[in-house]
Amino acid sequence: MSRYYSDYLDQLESEAIHIMREVAGQFERPALLFSGGKDSITLVYLALKAFRPGPFPFPLVHIDTGHNFPEALQFRDELAQRIGERLIVRQVADTIQRQHLTEPKGKFASRNALQTYTLLETIEEFEFDCCIGGARRDEEKARAKERVFSVRNEFGEWDPKSQRPELWSTYNGKIQKGENVRVFPISNWTELDVWNYIRRENIPLPSIYFSHEREVLVHEDQLIAVSDFIQLEPTDVIETRKVRYRTVGDMTCTAAVESQASTLDEVVNEIIATRISERGETRIDDRVTEAAMEDRKKNGYF
Amino acid sequence: MDLLRFITAGSVDDGKSTLIGRLLYDSKSILADQLEAIERQTKNKANGDIDLALLTDGLRAEREQGITIDVAYKYFSTPRRKFIIADAPGHIQYTRNMVTGASNSELIIILIDARQGVVEQTRRHSIIASLLRIPHVVVAINKMDLAGYSADVYNNIVIDYAQIAEKLGLKDVTYIPISALDGDNIVEASGNMPWYQGRPLLEHLEQIEVSQDVNHDLGRFPVQYVIRPQTEALHDYRGYAGKIVSGVYRRGDKVTVLPAGIESTISRIEHNLQDVEEAWAPQSVVLHLADDVDVSRGNLIVPSQQLPQVSNEVTVLMCWMDSKPLLTGNKYQLQLNSTRVRAVVKEIAYKIDVNTLDNTAFDGSVKLNEVVKAVIRTATPLAYDSYAALRANGGAILIDETSNVTVGACMIQ
Ligand SMILES: Nc1nc2c(ncn2[C@@H]2O[C@H](COP(=O)(O)OP(=O)(O)O)[C@@H](O)[C@H]2O)c(=O)[nH]1
Repeated sequence: MSRYYSDYLDQLESEAIHIMREVAGQFERPALLFSGGKDSITLVYLALKAFRPGPFPFPLVHIDTGHNFPEALQFRDELAQRIGERLIVRQVADTIQRQHLTEPKGKFASRNALQTYTLLETIEEFEFDCCIGGARRDEEKARAKERVFSVRNEFGEWDPKSQRPELWSTYNGKIQKGENVRVFPISNWTELDVWNYIRRENIPLPSIYFSHEREVLVHEDQLIAVSDFIQLEPTDVIETRKVRYRTVGDMTCTAAVESQASTLDEVVNEIIATRISERGETRIDDRVTEAAMEDRKKNGYF
Repeated sequence: MDLLRFITAGSVDDGKSTLIGRLLYDSKSILADQLEAIERQTKNKANGDIDLALLTDGLRAEREQGITIDVAYKYFSTPRRKFIIADAPGHIQYTRNMVTGASNSELIIILIDARQGVVEQTRRHSIIASLLRIPHVVVAINKMDLAGYSADVYNNIVIDYAQIAEKLGLKDVTYIPISALDGDNIVEASGNMPWYQGRPLLEHLEQIEVSQDVNHDLGRFPVQYVIRPQTEALHDYRGYAGKIVSGVYRRGDKVTVLPAGIESTISRIEHNLQDVEEAWAPQSVVLHLADDVDVSRGNLIVPSQQLPQVSNEVTVLMCWMDSKPLLTGNKYQLQLNSTRVRAVVKEIAYKIDVNTLDNTAFDGSVKLNEVVKAVIRTATPLAYDSYAALRANGGAILIDETSNVTVGACMIQ
């Protein structure tokens, strides 16, 4: 082995840091979209490596659906506090009111699609020219062709047909006024890479990622947390189970998995053993159609 | 565990999607629900088993047309290696997509249909591999099941391809007879082809030596961002943040900041927020210089013993990537790593036929997917290496100043 060795996590880490520094160098008013989930926590951790001892060249921005896990929100606030970076929170509920949007109805009514509106409002409010996000190409087929620097028009739309060629590790972030670039520093990571990195670097995560007892609604093999945001019916089966989450989205549309894993090592080992992909297991809304993600992305979702 | 990025190339129906699906499937990278979705879709098709090709088809429009038209990235890993596949279309009208996928690849798998042998596309894909300087080539001779698993068929294709490799100067070429559909010589040695003595494809991908592909001889450090906390405690802190794209940097090294040519010494190196004595490609680090010199984004810090070329004029091989034609005399921006300079395409020497590598006369305009040899003049000097000598500091993109689109891929000569 060469003396100058870098293993795959070293290489992915360096690539992500490089991408973040390109954002810092190329944009006037970037932001880092922060959800409180493991991917965006990893981004924050990478940003510390990219910019310390200096301040971040961007604020953390959270688009809050109002349906978030309280544990995740608390973690978000504490993290921002601990690293001393600016956190901007904008509420989907406010956008719904202001723009007279119609809330989806139904048992697991999700505000996921409405996030887009609040995000676009927030981009306009702060004149962000770039939003860093934690999306990965392995998450979903439609994402496999997404660029690291993905240009959006003023409606936040992604046009898969006219993407800029992206060569070597040279990123072109030049845009017209009104346009906006989404940047994905961990594009090339898989879910397992993220977990392995979190384990290697010992990155703290919200408690819901680890096994805990929770009241859940058992719905077609999926476990949905009982909360004020879902409508229970008399026939619903409610049980207390030991569960953890693999992704942290809305309480209405993120399912838990049964698990005894209470340490990072145990969580990672369980994930290696799992033969179900992250989105299929935990995102209820993606089951609707194969092309669900593609449609949402075209509409300006992350 | 390390990392290998590779690209797959083949003509339509050579079995590229099936091969990628096979690699993902056999390395157990396809998870239960994805498999289920594919099984559901396969039912609409005629051919019995699950259709592995469906795994790699991306966007809906493409699904409808039944072809891949953009570069899609796929991931799988084995205990030895993580793999990133750039799945690029092979047709001539998508040359730019293949160039894009090839730019980051250390290896290319060129698929040949055993029944067809070497065809025009094979030649073109090999030419692109050589233009983009992909270090390793695997020629996967597919559909051996339809060629009677014949050693003669295989040997004849090897002889034909060897001539192409020779002409193009492709050095590391490996030939593997496979059946992507049945899995012969993918993970396990094929019982149908005992005459083949080499490694199965996956084993080859896992074991091929790639650590030499990163250059550790010539130090190149493009400055991306200057870290200046400007707080009380860190009043004098001034760190140059960037990624070492090639070479090794040590504390105490004499360095030159280009293009200005200012000399200084590395006084401190930070990697992962810790001080280190040396750092190497491809690490992202922060360098500090002993002298208070003017360094900003786009500058290149290099060891003074290992200077690159510095010039206002570069000769490039360029693949044109825009639907609007290239016009000489138009203003563009040339971006090499983090350096962006205004540029003008001064002269086009000739076009290069990507099917034959022959030079043809420049006829007034350069269209999408064409490759030309051109001279580019820049407003300020550029510190560069020839792409052939150092990929990491010799590949640049051309950006249209009015549309901001990336319009050209330049391999500096
Ligand atoms: N008999 C046989 N058929 C194959 C093999 N590989 C691919 N095919 C078939 O060839 C056709 C084209 O394959 P596909 O993977 O879609 O080709 P692509 O256009 O290169 O992506 C499909 O019907 C495949 O099932 C092989 O090794 N043997």
